Amino acid sequence: MNDTVGTNGLIFNEPLLWEKGAPGRTGFSMPRRDVEPAALDETLAGDGPDFPDLSEVDVVRHYVRLSQWNFSVDSGMYPLGSCTMKYNPKTNERQASLPGFTGAHPLLPEELAQGALQLMFELQEYLARITGMDAVSLQPAAGAHGELTGMLILHAHHAKQGRPRSKILIPDTAHGTNPASASLCGFHSVAIRSNEKGVLDPAVVAEAMDEDTAGIMVTNPNTLGLFEENIREVAEIVHGKGGLVYADGANMNAVMGVVNMADSGVDVLHLNLHKTFSTPHGGGGPGAGPVCVTRELEPYLPIPRVALGEDGRYRFSEDHPDSVGKMHAFHGNFGILVRAYSYIRSMGGHLKKASQLAVLNANYIKEKLKGTYHLPYDRPCMHECVFTDKNQQAHKISTLDIAKRLMEYGFHPPTIYFPLVVHGAIMIEPTETECKADVDRFVEAMKAIAEEARTQPDLLTEAPRIPKVRRLDEVTAARKPCLSG
Amino acid sequence: MRYLPHTEQEIAEMLQAVGAEHLNDLFSTIPDSCCTLQQLDLPDPLTEWELNEHMSGLAASMAVAPEAKVFLGAGSYDHYTPAAAVQLLSRGEFVTAYTPYQPEVSQGTLQAIYEYQTLVTRLLGMDVANASMYDGASALAEALLMAVRVTRRKKVAVSEAVHPLYRRVVNTYFHPTEFEVVEVPYGKDGRTDLSRIGSLEEMAAVAVQSPNFFGCIEDLQAVSERVHTDAKTLFIVGFTEPLAYGLLKSPGGHGADIACGEGQSLGIPRSFGGPGLGMFAAKMTYVRQMPGRLIGQTMDKDGRRAFVLTLATREQHIRREKATSNICSNQGLCATASAIYMASLGGTGIRGLARLNYDKAEYLKTAFHDAGLAVAFGSPTFNEFVIRFPEGSEQTYRRLLEKNIVAGLPLVRYYPNLKDHYLLCVTETASKEDMDTLVREVAS
Amino acid sequence: MKEISELQLPEDVRYAEDHEWAKSQGDVLRVGISDYAQDQLGDIVFVELPQAGDRLKKGDEFGTVESVKAVSELFMPVSGEITAVNGALEDAPELVNTAPYSDGWMIDVKPDDPSELDALMDRDAYLDMLKGSEQ
Repeated sequence: MNDTVGTNGLIFNEPLLWEKGAPGRTGFSMPRRDVEPAALDETLAGDGPDFPDLSEVDVVRHYVRLSQWNFSVDSGMYPLGSCTMKYNPKTNERQASLPGFTGAHPLLPEELAQGALQLMFELQEYLARITGMDAVSLQPAAGAHGELTGMLILHAHHAKQGRPRSKILIPDTAHGTNPASASLCGFHSVAIRSNEKGVLDPAVVAEAMDEDTAGIMVTNPNTLGLFEENIREVAEIVHGKGGLVYADGANMNAVMGVVNMADSGVDVLHLNLHKTFSTPHGGGGPGAGPVCVTRELEPYLPIPRVALGEDGRYRFSEDHPDSVGKMHAFHGNFGILVRAYSYIRSMGGHLKKASQLAVLNANYIKEKLKGTYHLPYDRPCMHECVFTDKNQQAHKISTLDIAKRLMEYGFHPPTIYFPLVVHGAIMIEPTETECKADVDRFVEAMKAIAEEARTQPDLLTEAPRIPKVRRLDEVTAARKPCLSG
Repeated sequence: MRYLPHTEQEIAEMLQAVGAEHLNDLFSTIPDSCCTLQQLDLPDPLTEWELNEHMSGLAASMAVAPEAKVFLGAGSYDHYTPAAAVQLLSRGEFVTAYTPYQPEVSQGTLQAIYEYQTLVTRLLGMDVANASMYDGASALAEALLMAVRVTRRKKVAVSEAVHPLYRRVVNTYFHPTEFEVVEVPYGKDGRTDLSRIGSLEEMAAVAVQSPNFFGCIEDLQAVSERVHTDAKTLFIVGFTEPLAYGLLKSPGGHGADIACGEGQSLGIPRSFGGPGLGMFAAKMTYVRQMPGRLIGQTMDKDGRRAFVLTLATREQHIRREKATSNICSNQGLCATASAIYMASLGGTGIRGLARLNYDKAEYLKTAFHDAGLAVAFGSPTFNEFVIRFPEGSEQTYRRLLEKNIVAGLPLVRYYPNLKDHYLLCVTETASKEDMDTLVREVAS
Repeated sequence: MKEISELQLPEDVRYAEDHEWAKSQGDVLRVGISDYAQDQLGDIVFVELPQAGDRLKKGDEFGTVESVKAVSELFMPVSGEITAVNGALEDAPELVNTAPYSDGWMIDVKPDDPSELDALMDRDAYLDMLKGSEQ
């Protein structure tokens, strides 16, 4: 184990915030008071919250220690399928921290916010060109928020046609947010089975598609890492009955500069800036989920829209009577938009190379591991590939055990048990920012683990032992929830 | 390109290993009809230097402190974040970590968010808080939908003194549903007019905001009593300025069933409106109907205390179309930022800072009053209030803009009957001198 | 997970296709889920049940049973009125795992048509069904 990426080391225990501190300590420099205390209606006053009093040293040690318990992209590789855990460029952080951006109030008069408006306008333009779509809204605050926006657009479109529809077709490989977003709009989800090649079968879609179906939600490439090769035929079938095609763009990292989404038949698409466009995951957010549409659906985009006037000034425009409305209190996650914009300005046409290399890395891993792990779909993959634990089940080892052991080798586990159509799924997406040497080390680790599954299965079932904690009792956590201290 | 580490040599080796000759061969399963043949039509890549220059140029055009004096609140507040908090939040282990689905290697995020949840329950006086939602507006929309699920009633009432942009988001969320949003007007005192609430029999919830959009502190006791005359209707208290609860009695202290709002004030930069932080808390009886992620305490197999995502069956990745919401990500890094801020401020500090905000705003309010301008609403306020400028206020406003002073938010575009009314905000970042200048300029 | 031969499948209950069992107790039917179902679900963390007085039809969803990572719906094996609900499951959902046919019972139903019970499978038919789905 001496050569592995992961190793042991001294880290620190650290209690909860309210288990530290002492009354009267502070970590805050209070500004000098230059006004007198004013009278206050005591019936309104409370006692203030029971927060611990901590010194700056307390706070700094606390969070530094906590940070050391985390795996992060900055520490190592996260081959999480459908998450696109690519490197988060630091120049993006520098740009997002510029005081002109961080200090800007969202409701500034437009003439005092031209820089931000210009950035948003240009970003819209770039995303439209990258996807081949016609118009973009940057307002949704996350992928799922973008999906909801897309569903609202479908709903508005059909309402405007005078024929509200009640159903949405959703492939069985879809991410859970897809049917959840559809439900929020009052649509009933109809599951569509993928065929034995792992892609949508036009005949199956044709059978399900009718005039009460608003459309289909596809992910392309899909969550098995395969390009939906029948997408145009599927789109024609859906369009033929007056439906629309919504694409979940979570896997866009495979096809930038390669696929024109509009040409493939897509009407509405959302992107995940925190996946394809390098903005950081932050331990669970914030992200951003812009929505791209065809010219025909542009009137439904959320407002306000960012527009460029003939006078060369950027402005917000609310004059769109068919808009689905407002998704976010202000303009979306501007701080995240800055990072994505910086990334696109830094990469330019190299984005195509990024997609090519992401796909190369995934295919390479697929070839290297296919003898060792069971590969349910032995076909060229896109930016991710899916294996299962079938070979290891013979030794009573599961996907979960493999994942827990992989941590000790210094890799974050891949996505496990998703998509649901594959039993014991292990979905691997290396991204293009992992160099060949690191990809080779990952392959070695996976092979070593497969060998251990045969000869020393305890190493897997007892894993992990090195990280801060071992496997957790999630059952008690759910039976007797303790959600605050 | 520094984010693409593959050398030509490595690419050749890897292509050979997969049995392809060129990178383009990897896309052979894609039909030609979907392919784009042209190069991506994007500007040439910028070097780091060029990017710095370009971005600095864009940022320089924005009206921000200290050059500009911006007296705007309205859901986005100027508070100072200590240098230590900024530094801590920039650590790559927080910024570039993924969602903590593998808890053994994510205890940093998990404990930080568990602490955030706890601090939120203490701030708002509630039983349980989630790991956050996108912003105050979507948090309110989700709270109303939650009330509909819990009560199985189809109507919700929302005060007109709730932030107008929040109400628009609520309407967007409710539009495709069979549920109805009813608005409750505000009264002359700037507070929600309780007499206009109407029958509660079919109401899933009544939502007010406190301090409300006009900065007025609602009489939450009275609202609570009124709403709870019906055993089922939920009392929802929204907010855009949580710092107020360093001073005022909490929503939970008034019997709120759900408390939700915007947490940006607590350590998150305004950043032209996002990312924000949707704080969301409720009574424990409703926990299984709550949207969003929840982190709970548990033990590992050696008996160590640890934290884990729990009650996940409410969420989309398991429950899919029957999930309590479609939300996947929370605002993880923003929640961490606000926890670091609340930890730095401490219990004593937050009381002091809230008091200072209140006193500064009272100073400005009094100064306006003494200069002969009308304070629009008589109710007590926290750090925002509405002033009625003399007629022809648009010119005054413009004149001040030219001096780089943004004299509040003109309300007429949100409330057509409030022409010449301006919503002004002062926090601890406004000096007495700035406030005196403002009053002088407006009154002249 | 258990082998089929290890499953507890009492003779004195009838079984539905989606793994609920029903047993006659005077003029009500007691309903729960089979040993196969609880074994498949793993550790049960929460059971959501209807209220006494609710009227449901055969095939309607009457509740859900949750493990950490999955939720399963529960379907009425017969039509009728819910007369009682097992309150012990609120604090001890694990009873469904440890005693699926006794202390882990879920609801009592006053059937609209008592003969609907006969339409359910007996033990041998259920066992055959389980063996068949194993292939």
